[in-house]
Amino acid sequence: MVTEKQLLDPHNWVEAHADYLYSYTLSRINNEEQAKDLVQETFLAALEKVDRFEGKSSERTWLTAILKNKIIDVYRKKSSGLANLTEKKAEDEQKDFFEEDTGHWTEAHQPLPFGIEDHEPLRAKEFNHILQLCMQKLPVLWKSVFIMKHMDDATTEFICSELRVTQANFWVIIHRAKLSLRACLQKNWI
Amino acid sequence: MNHLKKVIYNCKQATLLIEKRQIRKLSFRESIELRIHLAGCSMCQLYNKQSQIIHQMVLQLFHDTQLQVSTLTLDQNFKKELQDRIEEGLNNS
Repeated sequence: MVTEKQLLDPHNWVEAHADYLYSYTLSRINNEEQAKDLVQETFLAALEKVDRFEGKSSERTWLTAILKNKIIDVYRKKSSGLANLTEKKAEDEQKDFFEEDTGHWTEAHQPLPFGIEDHEPLRAKEFNHILQLCMQKLPVLWKSVFIMKHMDDATTEFICSELRVTQANFWVIIHRAKLSLRACLQKNWI
Repeated sequence: MNHLKKVIYNCKQATLLIEKRQIRKLSFRESIELRIHLAGCSMCQLYNKQSQIIHQMVLQLFHDTQLQVSTLTLDQNFKKELQDRIEEGLNNS
């Protein structure tokens, strides 16, 4: 098999990749200004690394990898410090989900049928909309873990090391994020 | 016995296992525990179903948003300035 060595063409970068990188960012960080900044930073950082490009991947893949790291930086910054307040609040909310002594669902929070369980998921457009709103409400760290896992299919090890959470905490977060999402859907849908 | 009993009757633990199962294979012990719990707990059966639906929908949603935002493009001015900055960088190196 012949592998063609990929080349970089910075004169054409914006024309060829800027819109793609922008939409890639927007689907992961819901903020247009911040997305613009990240695209710009990506090109400038790439410029400094052009001589280290080995030509093993396409130009776009290479640029996207640089962007990805920048997005993770944003997640990391957002989920440290003050942002933890929302996390604390969300954790407190979940205390009522289960009985403290037995771990049973409490009556107030037990799952109720959504009424869409037996339908094709694609058909529930409105449901989708609420799902999106509910996801925005998750604490930043939970949302970051959740997005990295579902959107980029990142490995658990990678997420843990990038966002500096332990394996045990990773499972707690995945569990909590889903409990919150489900509860939010139940509250706003039924 | 005590531990087993605890998990079998504990919905909080069971829902954690349900979430784990979507991401990695459960250990033999975990999968037995979950199966026994689910056999006797209709609420967690429902949770399980809903959790999987949410999982599918989230995957679908990310797919859709990517299509959707791909129609959202950067404005020409921003692009021009950006390319100019790149050219500047190229000339300086």
